[in-house]
Amino acid sequence: MNFLRKKLDDLKRPFGKGQKWERYAPAVNAFDTFLFVPNHTTHSGAHIRDAVDLKRTMVTVIIALLPVLIYGIYNTGYQYLIQIGEAFTFWDAFIHGALKIIPMIVVSYVVGLTIEFIFAVYRGHEVNEGYLVTGLLIPMIMPVDIPLWMVAISVAFAVLIAKEAFGGTGMNILNPALTARAFAFFAYPTYMSGNKVWVSEASNIEGISGETILGTLAAGGNINYGFLEMFQGSIPGSIAETSALFVLIGAAILIITGVGSWRIMLGSILGAGFVGYLFNLWGANALMSFSWVNHLVVGGFAFGVVFMATDPVSAAQTNKGKWVYGILVGMFCILIRVFNPAYPEGVMLAILLMNVFAPTIDHYVIQGNINRRKKRWASAFKTV
Amino acid sequence: MDFRNFHNMSVDIRIRKGANIQLKGESEKILSDASTSETFALKPDNFFGIIPRLIAKEGDRIAKGAPVFHSKKDPRILFTSPVSGILKEVIRGAKRKILKIVIEEQEADVITHKITSKSLTRKNINEILLKSGAWPFIKQRPYGIIANPDMTPKAIYVSTYASAPLDVDFQFLLKNNKEDFQKGIDILNKMVEKPVILSVDSTFSGFFENIKGVELLRINGPHPAGNVSVQIHKHSPINMGDNVWEVRPEDVVNIARLFENGQFSAQRTVAVAGESVLHPQYIKTKIGAQISSLTDITGYDKSQQNRFINGDVLSGKIEAADGHLDFYNNLITIIPEGNHYRMFGWLPFMDNKIPSLSKTSLSWLFGKKGFSVDTNMNGEERAFVVTGEMEKVFPMDIYPMQLIKACMAGDIEKMEALGIYEVIPEDFGLIDYSNTSKIEAQEIIREGIELMIKEVG
Repeated sequence: MNFLRKKLDDLKRPFGKGQKWERYAPAVNAFDTFLFVPNHTTHSGAHIRDAVDLKRTMVTVIIALLPVLIYGIYNTGYQYLIQIGEAFTFWDAFIHGALKIIPMIVVSYVVGLTIEFIFAVYRGHEVNEGYLVTGLLIPMIMPVDIPLWMVAISVAFAVLIAKEAFGGTGMNILNPALTARAFAFFAYPTYMSGNKVWVSEASNIEGISGETILGTLAAGGNINYGFLEMFQGSIPGSIAETSALFVLIGAAILIITGVGSWRIMLGSILGAGFVGYLFNLWGANALMSFSWVNHLVVGGFAFGVVFMATDPVSAAQTNKGKWVYGILVGMFCILIRVFNPAYPEGVMLAILLMNVFAPTIDHYVIQGNINRRKKRWASAFKTV
Repeated sequence: MDFRNFHNMSVDIRIRKGANIQLKGESEKILSDASTSETFALKPDNFFGIIPRLIAKEGDRIAKGAPVFHSKKDPRILFTSPVSGILKEVIRGAKRKILKIVIEEQEADVITHKITSKSLTRKNINEILLKSGAWPFIKQRPYGIIANPDMTPKAIYVSTYASAPLDVDFQFLLKNNKEDFQKGIDILNKMVEKPVILSVDSTFSGFFENIKGVELLRINGPHPAGNVSVQIHKHSPINMGDNVWEVRPEDVVNIARLFENGQFSAQRTVAVAGESVLHPQYIKTKIGAQISSLTDITGYDKSQQNRFINGDVLSGKIEAADGHLDFYNNLITIIPEGNHYRMFGWLPFMDNKIPSLSKTSLSWLFGKKGFSVDTNMNGEERAFVVTGEMEKVFPMDIYPMQLIKACMAGDIEKMEALGIYEVIPEDFGLIDYSNTSKIEAQEIIREGIELMIKEVG
């Protein structure tokens, strides 16, 4: 360890203060700090600090994403091979999925991190770890056959327009990963919706149907999946959205470690369940009479509310606000699904919409606190 | 007013948010005398918001209790010498800012003020406190600055519950000063319209509960429950225009002494604590004494680099090993410096021996006997990302992150509305410690308060 440390210190020398390449230091530090927690000591304020830092927090999210990702890779292969009709093993399916998905992850990280590094050097701050999560989320919510160059352009759009234009990590209004998906959705609709994109190779091979459950319902069709299949996730869909079971494992990791807000997750489930139940009572069409319980396990709802709605930067920031935000995300998700057959998947737009309104929700929560204080001042003034 | 016969009221206050960080190196209940301190120092930086104007100059003979400097804004507020001797040196920093005034102790005069104890009025008391140099013992809210002598406070709070890590037990610290403490309370009671509010740790009982003429607050809960801001907020929150005073327990004793013999009393009993200390214990000395006069008694681990802190690990000030005690603190903490690397230390559940309030660490399984800590940042500063964590350690009806952001933006109206009058930087000590992005909350709040003083006054 000491040998490695010395080597690193030697390598970093030209990037030191007052040295030739000082301005590129953030790029080098980003790699160094992945090996070692730096030797920086406190200089003002509290003399001791908690072991937690942003890197640890973001890595926790990635760990929570891994079960979903691994299942998503397997399911990608499974959906393809089951329709081909040949016998296959777990590894056949997994390798088929991995060959599709790993290049997308690589493209997402390379493009996104390059932009992040450039901005860090340009602005003279360290590279924030937020993109480690965003960069993994983006491929996970794309259809499997989307061309890699579209992934690259979506990533570039999301990082530049949704994040850096607002001032970088911590400043963005919209969730960057969902912005990437929304960009792809509106820029390349034929690759992002319809009945040919949700199963690997469905657009190339005759006879493979690549329709999602929500798409089938929106088209007025019947579905032949049971609740358990939908819950487990062996259904067509974006790469990582299908398995409510594995999303729940991720949710458990996020909640136990305190990294993800349980208020937002629970609020969303309550909101979606309530609206879904009301529609069940109404029951005017296939989507309305689709059981509210099933609404919670199909499509991107579970993945969206656990991993995207809880993004602390774009969500509401106050505890009360988180409840309101979560409930509204859930309600809008089902509303969009049911009322707008052009967008059978409502969770993306519901979260983006509520991202925009999150500051407003917080504003009213905080205004409540301010009003309470001012009222106290006024009553104290009266008694004097 | 005389509240001697006032029937003690007692109020229970329960605080849930916050955290106690158990550290190694707690002081043993032993009280020793310090070894000889050759020099004593006054540091204008100990008095937030005070710009010093020197009265004495280098080489002057100084009597004990003689003024050394005064506040530029209010020349009535004097800062007097804790000992008699010679003004040895005025140490200045950048832009000739006065950092430290060092006085070498020698036999010399003592200034004695005339006290007419029979007819002590509020006006007399003010006058004696001001000219003796004891006035700085009284701090006010808002802002945590030295009290304005022209104001009548809404209330005076004395908190005997010190909840910060390794902080002192005032029951023990003042065990030989019970009578003086009562006398000091009686004097303070003459300065307010209602009895002094004395807060105690509800889990221990001791002589403070028998003090007469006070309203007793029994505080139960983790740090920062001992902070006066939190107690005021739960008891009777500060409104705009309110002026509330705070006196530290040992300074209640110092004020009583002053009115007994007319001499400025600078008694300071200090716990020297922390993992680096060999024999952590309580030591009796005077304000501004050399740290070495304390560590001579307690010893410390010289084989490593140490950080000396005037105060507690959350809000204290960094000090050199050959430095001096600050004005207000009853605690010196010495812990190892943390300038080392940790390989892959950012992985969740790594290095669980570092105390953490986050559940991304298993540190809650460790530390039954106290944690070892050092001064490593355990990461680097980042943008605000995680939300809701500051609220967990901030037991006031105030949104800490929003207040911090208002201070960063310098938005005075917002700061006022979000509660800047009710807080001082120390209340954000745990936030400094626990926030994921390593935001320097205390520094931001301090700058915010400086702006308030400048713009609003």
